[in-house]
Amino acid sequence: MEHVELFFKSIFIDNMIFATFLGMCSYLAVSKKVTTAVGLGAAVIFVLAVTVPINWLLDQYLLRDGALAWLGPEYADYNLSFLSFILFIATIATMVQLVEIVVEKFSPSLYNSLGIFLPLIAVNCAILGGSLFMQSRDIPTLGLAFNYGVSSGIGWFLAILAIAAIREKIRYSNVPAPLRGLGITFIITGLMAIGFMSFGGMLTGGDEEKPSLDSDPTNVGMKIEQSKNEGTAENADAVSLSEMSTLTKQ
Amino acid sequence: MGLLSKKDSKLILDPLADNNPITIQVLGICSALAITAQLKASIVMAVSVIVVLGVGNVVISLMRNIIPSKIRIIVQLVIVAALVIMVDQVLKAFAYELSKQLSVFIGLIITNCIIMGRFEAFALGNNPWRSFLDGIGNAAGYGLILVIVGFFRELLGSGTLLGFKVLGDPIEQTGLYSIGYENNGFMLLSPMALIVIGLIIWVQRARNKDLIEE
Repeated sequence: MEHVELFFKSIFIDNMIFATFLGMCSYLAVSKKVTTAVGLGAAVIFVLAVTVPINWLLDQYLLRDGALAWLGPEYADYNLSFLSFILFIATIATMVQLVEIVVEKFSPSLYNSLGIFLPLIAVNCAILGGSLFMQSRDIPTLGLAFNYGVSSGIGWFLAILAIAAIREKIRYSNVPAPLRGLGITFIITGLMAIGFMSFGGMLTGGDEEKPSLDSDPTNVGMKIEQSKNEGTAENADAVSLSEMSTLTKQ
Repeated sequence: MGLLSKKDSKLILDPLADNNPITIQVLGICSALAITAQLKASIVMAVSVIVVLGVGNVVISLMRNIIPSKIRIIVQLVIVAALVIMVDQVLKAFAYELSKQLSVFIGLIITNCIIMGRFEAFALGNNPWRSFLDGIGNAAGYGLILVIVGFFRELLGSGTLLGFKVLGDPIEQTGLYSIGYENNGFMLLSPMALIVIGLIIWVQRARNKDLIEE
């Protein structure tokens, strides 16, 4: 059940583009045609599915507080989590290179369709973001980490597919000249994001606290903070969060 | 700008408006939009990017003749990652609340396309001083947009600026609220960041017709 929940949550509620704006650069740059958008989207799913589980293993057995305990009790005090950025990005860069080589060797047809996008992906924020969110949300098992990688990749894929299709059509519309191209794409993405917010009630049945606040990334940190010191409402952030949610409820 | 020659000051001033990284070059939108619900977070993010890009450009520029071009991407990534780790640690030490709030988005400066874009396009071919100016200029252009977006989202969304209640108190009904003004809570949600940037692009391109896309 938690697999299904995480799956739908990552695709619709915490959609990488619409809720956290990850991978916006390639999203805007490569969404002029549906075919290229599909290629890039597939490559993102693929790379996320590979890198998130690997980084989960690294996080679990190397980086987090006390992760080195398996080496022996004298290592149990180490906390290497400040190294996670550099380790994650190194993993991603190498994995992308490796995947490129493997795909080229074993499936030339797949390589022809994905190949040009793979190098581009190494510096796509969606990929690093996937790993960092996996870390900050404390995904508990390897299976769930894999699930998270695949499903957030699918969410990204759906988003770029939709905007590419809209941009193909919008060429025939009479958009005000200063908005043409980039401007209207931003506004359409904003409107689509508003549309995606309606998925927010999917898991709660729509009657709990506003889930859109959950998916707002600025609150992720606060939520972690809040759950860590439950009840201590003196925390300034916690106060402002509850203030904010009452304001939006009104 | 007495210290700088005309060409040098152009390096700083150009990216602020007519060659803005966000609205014209379409770089670095990824890690930016999500944190602009509050002005304070936007300012911290802008400063972090200015530091990382300024220093990073100098380092790359100093090393530009010894980096083999085949592995330059990974060298660049390592340098940015090291700088970002430093920024992250400083924030954690001196502004813990804020660094919790920015959560993963400080880390995402690493994959911010502005950084790689400027390394590739400028620092690899220019001397350290000019690269430094270029880095500061581009990061400032990026920061400018962040601050504008953060300003409007915080002002219209929660009626505060940097946490000060500039429009009066909504609970005690003072200031603007006494005549029936309401905060637009929607501005705090993520989609509005996109729409605000869309509007900024609209205004900018309407003022400068050369920028209009075909």
